[in-house]
Amino acid sequence: MADAAYTLAPKPEGATGVLVLSDGHVVWGRGFGAVGEAVGEVCFNTAMTGYQEVMTDPSYAGQIVTFTFPHIGNVGVNDEDLESRVDGAVGCVVREDVTLPSNFRSAGEFGDWLAAKGKVGLSGVDTRALTRRIRLQGAPNAVIAHNPEGEFDIPVLIQRAQEWPGLEGMDLAKIVSREIQEGWEGSTWELGQGFGDGVGEAPPHVVAIDYGAKDNIFRNLVKAGARVTVVPAETSLDAILALEPAGVFLSNGPGDPAATGEYAVPVIRSLLERDVPIFGICLGHQMLGLAAGARTSKMHQGHRGANHPVKRLDDAVVEITSMNHGFAVDNQTLPENVEETHVSLFDGSNCGISIKGKKAFGVQYHPEASPGPQDSFYLFEKFVGMLA
Amino acid sequence: MPKRTDISSILVIGAGPIIIGQACEFDYSGTQAIKALKEEGYRVVLVNSNPATIMTDPDMADATYVEPIIPEVVAKIIEKERPDAVLPTMGGQTALNCALALFNDGTLEKFGVQMIGADADAIDKAEDRQRFRDAMDKIGLNSARSGVAHTLDEAFKVLETTGLPSIIRPSFTMGGTGGGIAYNKAEFEAIVRSGLDASPTTEVLIEESLLGWKEYEMEVVRDKHDNCIIICSIENVDPMGVHTGDSITVAPALTLTDKEYQIMRNASIEVLREIGVETGGSNVQFAVNPKDGRLIVIEMNPRVSRSSALASKATGFPIARVAAKLAVGFTLDEIINEITGATPAAFEPTIDYVVTKIPRFAFEKFKGAKNDLTTAMKSVGEVMAIGRNIKESMQKALRGLETGLDGFNRVVELEGAGRDAITAALSKATPDRLLVAAQAFREGFSVDEIHAIAHYDKWFLRHIEEIVAEEAKIMKHGLPVDAQGLRRVKAMGFSDKRLATLAVRSVGVAGGMGETQAKRSGLLHDTLRAMAGATSEAEVRQLRTKLGVHPVFKRIDSCAAEFEAITPYMYSTYETPIFGEPENEANPSDRRKVVILGGGPNRIGQGIEFDYCCVHACFALAEVGFETIMVNCNPETVSTDYDTSDRLYFEPLTAEDVLEILRVEQQNGELVGVIVQFGGQTPLKLAQALEDAGIPILGTSPDAIDLAEDRERFSALVEKLGLKQPANGIARSRDEAVNVANRIGYPVLMRPSYVLGGRAMEIVDSEQQLDDYITTAVQVSGDSPVLIDQYLRDAIECDVDALCDGDQVVVAGVMQHIEEAGIHSGDSACSLPPYSLPADIIAEMERQAEALAFGLGVRGLMNIQFAVKDGEVYLIEVNPRASRTVPFVAKALGQPVAKIASRVMAGEKLADFPPFKRDLPYMAVKEAVFPFSRFPGVDPVLSPEMKSTGEVMGIDADFPRAFLKAQLGASMRLPDSGLVFVSVKDSDKGVILPAVQTLVKEGFRIIATSGTHKYLTEAGLPVDLVNKVAEGRPHIVDKIVDGEIALIFNTTEGWQSLKDSQSIRASALMGKVPYFTTAAASLAAAQAISAQRGSQLEVRSLQDYYS
Repeated sequence: MADAAYTLAPKPEGATGVLVLSDGHVVWGRGFGAVGEAVGEVCFNTAMTGYQEVMTDPSYAGQIVTFTFPHIGNVGVNDEDLESRVDGAVGCVVREDVTLPSNFRSAGEFGDWLAAKGKVGLSGVDTRALTRRIRLQGAPNAVIAHNPEGEFDIPVLIQRAQEWPGLEGMDLAKIVSREIQEGWEGSTWELGQGFGDGVGEAPPHVVAIDYGAKDNIFRNLVKAGARVTVVPAETSLDAILALEPAGVFLSNGPGDPAATGEYAVPVIRSLLERDVPIFGICLGHQMLGLAAGARTSKMHQGHRGANHPVKRLDDAVVEITSMNHGFAVDNQTLPENVEETHVSLFDGSNCGISIKGKKAFGVQYHPEASPGPQDSFYLFEKFVGMLA
Repeated sequence: MPKRTDISSILVIGAGPIIIGQACEFDYSGTQAIKALKEEGYRVVLVNSNPATIMTDPDMADATYVEPIIPEVVAKIIEKERPDAVLPTMGGQTALNCALALFNDGTLEKFGVQMIGADADAIDKAEDRQRFRDAMDKIGLNSARSGVAHTLDEAFKVLETTGLPSIIRPSFTMGGTGGGIAYNKAEFEAIVRSGLDASPTTEVLIEESLLGWKEYEMEVVRDKHDNCIIICSIENVDPMGVHTGDSITVAPALTLTDKEYQIMRNASIEVLREIGVETGGSNVQFAVNPKDGRLIVIEMNPRVSRSSALASKATGFPIARVAAKLAVGFTLDEIINEITGATPAAFEPTIDYVVTKIPRFAFEKFKGAKNDLTTAMKSVGEVMAIGRNIKESMQKALRGLETGLDGFNRVVELEGAGRDAITAALSKATPDRLLVAAQAFREGFSVDEIHAIAHYDKWFLRHIEEIVAEEAKIMKHGLPVDAQGLRRVKAMGFSDKRLATLAVRSVGVAGGMGETQAKRSGLLHDTLRAMAGATSEAEVRQLRTKLGVHPVFKRIDSCAAEFEAITPYMYSTYETPIFGEPENEANPSDRRKVVILGGGPNRIGQGIEFDYCCVHACFALAEVGFETIMVNCNPETVSTDYDTSDRLYFEPLTAEDVLEILRVEQQNGELVGVIVQFGGQTPLKLAQALEDAGIPILGTSPDAIDLAEDRERFSALVEKLGLKQPANGIARSRDEAVNVANRIGYPVLMRPSYVLGGRAMEIVDSEQQLDDYITTAVQVSGDSPVLIDQYLRDAIECDVDALCDGDQVVVAGVMQHIEEAGIHSGDSACSLPPYSLPADIIAEMERQAEALAFGLGVRGLMNIQFAVKDGEVYLIEVNPRASRTVPFVAKALGQPVAKIASRVMAGEKLADFPPFKRDLPYMAVKEAVFPFSRFPGVDPVLSPEMKSTGEVMGIDADFPRAFLKAQLGASMRLPDSGLVFVSVKDSDKGVILPAVQTLVKEGFRIIATSGTHKYLTEAGLPVDLVNKVAEGRPHIVDKIVDGEIALIFNTTEGWQSLKDSQSIRASALMGKVPYFTTAAASLAAAQAISAQRGSQLEVRSLQDYYS
């Protein structure tokens, strides 16, 4: 419901950007990046580095990212810190105007890059207040708009925000997934070396299903000793098996696992039945859970940051992880054959499962990091190690 | 994993006196550690010689030893207390070195004491340069090209691989003592020599120079389960070459991509694992080549540190507290993050603001010291500021420094200077180089040009450039006229005062000026201000109030608002409205509240003692039900620990910032008052502004404080009370000064009208010296007159601390100085109770104290300095506020003096408290500690100008032993035998005689210069003759340099004699020969040596003394 008081809040002088929430709140600022407007769910990310990775993470499809760290764009952009070639977040909200970058790897300016990608930026916003609102009241749907002339038709924007159906029940994976199969090349990045090559002779073949994957997952698989073929989200069981995978990887991705699961879960279930080793991350993890008989649910408060502690239950070690999810496997619904392997130390929510008697496991967080801590690389080694 | 049950008592080693490189951050960490260990039920034994610490309060540890932190004394404590474990990681390098020594000499093994937190091997591996380098090689991390040398020859061999410039770092020293950067072979040789000397293992590391590289620091915490977390990354704004402690730093790191950050994160964790820090906090320092990101590990400290204190304050994560819990077996996931109250400590704090730290220096205290910054730390304190962006953060830090800056003030001497002069200024690392960078922008330099010279990262420079550009706009167009515009400027961190300076009232006049002129010419600006009328700070504040532009307060929550924070730890910022009004998270309570204003950055004359008082005010008022609200900006302190007060505002102590806090706090509940008398001069200076704003001040009124500081008003009161002051006068010109001095008679004591720590005070013996003082030390004018006092030569000086509630006066302590009057009281050793004053003199001082307390209308604490000469008591100075000696008195007495004072200020009566015990069956001696070794070329002599950075207390059954312990605590080891050099002025000869007699009896041999030689020989003592320096070689300095002298008594009369003897003091300092420059201290030293030879020192806890 629109709140008249805020709707009528006059446009401050010089405002060239605006975030219009579906409840009628209008947040003014300065636009940067692409001129135009975009609709999405407003979320936040508390990582202090890695904005370029965040903005290219397909899991943020349909979302407007509020960066809690006030200075964004400091280190510019480059061609290496990309997590996909597809559109992730539709826009971002920041506290401070982006200043010229300073970093030896910088090849361009963040605002220009956003513009080229068609993403809308909004600066000059009290992002902490916005974040607190998201925490207390949930992630609102909104339109982010940028017009250098400062002309906005607020009622129309409110209407657009209200008419947007939202992420729940939305199968975004289909939109951000690759359309054709791809033989992945390249390992993880090293200072002074760039992205490395694969290692070893006759590496085991992993077929990775792309629901909106971050490229660093594939790079980590290669680093761990695998050969990777990436296939689109809706690839059939037969097509997957035809590739003769030693193991199947289920990627992260945006949206509601229940929606994407409609076509993905049956495939995963069949792979499980055939004892194909499986490793899932984030959305892939959730759908592995669904395939094994657990349920997923939308979290009261999603996890989005690069500082989340996860406890590994078998040896009580804490991993600091990168997280970006609003849904989770409900650990009250785990069937007999599913073992909880990791939990969040922040709220006790499920962060990892393994399927008893199978070589199949998944984690809710992002062991591929990028951005974020690299504490959990062992999972890639564990998976590739299973593919004897 | 539960806590360890195989240990039940733990020895915590403190850091000792405040010195450069080791300040009150170790009281902060030690206090947290003790509280954490007690919470878990352990018996805690503490040793720390510093009485001004909160950790040595008798209700902190179970057994508190205010004893020297030297292995033989700590061994005695271990033998007596039999702790199961020792925690050596909370007391800086002092504690680590002491623990390592006790491990190496077998003491720990003998008494079955385990090291927890870090073991001997990890400490050694981290500190030993070669082992550290090998460890880094092993884990594939780069180190700078380098080599270790134990002799000068070895050093020159290493130089072949590193080349010049090269960096020399002595092993096992803190704050880089004795190290430096050498640009040529002569410098190289000099620095290697001093480095080898400073290192307890006679070892230096010589490294390739990484000048101009970027420097970073990571604060890491590890638990025994190998869980590792990064608490905070810190980026130095100053490039490599300046000691981290002397660098301007920001948190978090701002110019790294995630890929580079993760490399650094992984590397830091690998370093902890390889060094073997099993549990606790450590920092790892890196250098990064800005051209290609090449990363080099510089060093790591396997303990909490100055930067871990900064990281704790910057993020809200209590590193020391957590480290203490980890040391007794907990793991990170078992410890609660108290800021959120809901999440565990096993996480990495994330922040949504920018933190800036700027060090504070004291070069002005040390005549002759060069103000260039090198790899040896020289700063004495630091300010931290928090803002929502780098501009706000930096400008808040600059004004919080209290060095007269309101922001990026103009550097007047560079205005209109040529490019060469500005280039030269930019190329030299000095305390104000960031201001020089801003000035360079005003003089037309570009970001690229400044970067090429000073190596500041361009990202920081661009923000400074934007600030300077905004200033030019305001100079040209005046202040913004609407809320939005003003808010935008305030959000860049401009203070009202700075805006007032920039704004010219009549915009029309300024408008005629070209952009370039407005930007460049400070002079033109001054002229315009004079013509058109200057804007005042009050007018800017009025404009803000009119437009409704006020700061809001945000919480420091360790999680960037992802979770609710339950701890009210706040900073101010200017926000744009988002949902209606700008969001303010202050949420003031409806309680009865007291605001305590802290002391700001540590400096000489205002340090931990005042923070101690502020902390006690918080504790005391909380005990009686007030809500306590602390305002301070010093990250090293206990007062800025989030659980010291109920609410904490981490803000600069300026009128603007404080009034905004009070404005918000007054919106709910009842502000009972503000305490301005505990934080030193800093809050006192704000008293007037607070009164003007109608804010109630608790305790003694600002008017009474002014009465005590205003010479004329005070003299009238003294006269009324019939007390005696040394003759004095005020001069507003050179000629007036000469007249006054002639009237009083030389020697006179001269000083500027408002003083702190005796700054720019000098004893003047002649008209020639008076001229020298007037031309070099002060600016004399109508506005800033010079005060001239009769100097009571050889008088005994006393400090008296007293409390008054309006009805009753209680004298807490009478301290007799050991150095005679004229030495700054902060630099003088003193004893409580007095060691040689007759009872009637003490009674007279107490009588005068009472008269003054009533006369001034004191409510709370008061400090009085008296001088006693020829049985006559002279009143020197009264300060109706907390003094530097309050913690010492409280520790010596075993009474919570500052707490009682706080409650009296809030309205309670002294009669409600139990009376103080006055006849102590023991003696406590306070001794000052000096940073002379940090400032080569400075004459290490005591004067009316305060130079000490800290103090220690020695406590024992009699005066000689207490004095001896104080000396040991101050790292002054008195000899047991050897050759004593004596050269004293005529008036001291009688005083020194018994000292020399004592030493002769103890088997020492004596040499003296002619006059003293004659006197002592005539007194029948066996004395050899030695040349004065001016009498030809070999002379006394040759003997000192050759290590023949074990002890020096050297007092001087007059200016020339002082100058002539400088080389004696300098060589003694270099050769670490104990020296005494006053007769009284020499006598005390002789008695102490006699006591030392007589029997071994015994240790006793405070709790035992008090019982």
